Amino acid sequence: MMFAAAAAALLITMLLVLLRAFMGPTLYDRILAVNTFGTKTVLMIAVLGFLMGRPEFLDIALVYALINFIGTIAVLKFFRYGDLGRAGKGEP
Amino acid sequence: MIATVLDAVSWLLLIAGSFFVITGGIGLLRLPDVYSRMHAAGMTDTLGAGLFIAGMAVQGGFTLVTAKLLIILVFILFTSPTATYALANAVWSGGVQPRRRDGTACETIDRSDGPLTS
Amino acid sequence: MLRVLSLAGGLVVIWLLLSGHYTPLINTLGLVSVGVVVAIAVRMDVVDHESVPIHMRGRFFGYWIWLGAEIVKANIDVAKRVWSPSLPISPTLFRLKTSQAGELGQVIYANSITLTPGTVSVSLEDGEILVHAIAREVGDDLSAGEMDRRVTRLEVSGIPAPTPEGERE
Repeated sequence: MMFAAAAAALLITMLLVLLRAFMGPTLYDRILAVNTFGTKTVLMIAVLGFLMGRPEFLDIALVYALINFIGTIAVLKFFRYGDLGRAGKGEP
Repeated sequence: MIATVLDAVSWLLLIAGSFFVITGGIGLLRLPDVYSRMHAAGMTDTLGAGLFIAGMAVQGGFTLVTAKLLIILVFILFTSPTATYALANAVWSGGVQPRRRDGTACETIDRSDGPLTS
Repeated sequence: MLRVLSLAGGLVVIWLLLSGHYTPLINTLGLVSVGVVVAIAVRMDVVDHESVPIHMRGRFFGYWIWLGAEIVKANIDVAKRVWSPSLPISPTLFRLKTSQAGELGQVIYANSITLTPGTVSVSLEDGEILVHAIAREVGDDLSAGEMDRRVTRLEVSGIPAPTPEGERE
């Protein structure tokens, strides 16, 4: 019951965040919204694991957290430099 | 008896977490520009996620489930500021100036001559 | 050498926590994985004071407890601002000086600022942090410098602070 309520709260938040992702107005707003949406997804997967009594879901949540972080960084790097292979500042 | 108390604690933590997560979502819609929206996003990533995970950990007890939950929390707490900094730095380098609510550029206060002594 | 052992120990603990199956085969595979990862890390020369900051272990937990309390306070403050109908925000940029000697200390400071809702570090260059605060008073609190002092103490709690160039021998 409590996990159903928590899942409902997360769904409401994901809807609000999705609205921001659609509204923009700038590219950065959308990236911020998608990153926040990803964090909510991690929590959602964990809550669903408890709701359905399947603790294996936590491993998926952990992997999703990793993908979410790397995805955000990759998109930002791509839009900043135009390719993903470029070294950062301070390197040749 | 103990199960009832633990359930109540979980309820409290999850409801508090839901409050902060939804507040973050509302803030993401209400706040005026991308810089101030980052504060709302940070709210869901820190206390929202923390309270959610604490609520689930109380149900998990002293098991591997709780350990995994804590690993997820630590991971979120380490990556969230890094991602936010990367985004803020990209916005700043992209030439977007932070705005006040009325649309004017906000002022810059220089405190680099040392911390306040008062 | 202490750093390499700490890295290996941490990896073993993470493997044991995430695996959940304690058969001889799986444990052997885990040990082999840890060995390969540590060997690659040593070969890449990334096992240094930045990736394995064991010299901070003394004050690490104390700092996290203090930071946790700050995060809770800041969250409540930002939540109040979001919910009040008049939306009482006054976004302001602050330029702050860092008192940490090494880059790792400065990064910990900048990330702590970002982790606290209400303040986001926008750029960190030459020991100066540009901070976006959601309201002027929030930034004033930050520039009073308590977090800065605590991070500096965290940085110098163990061995002497490394020079900015790093301490590669």
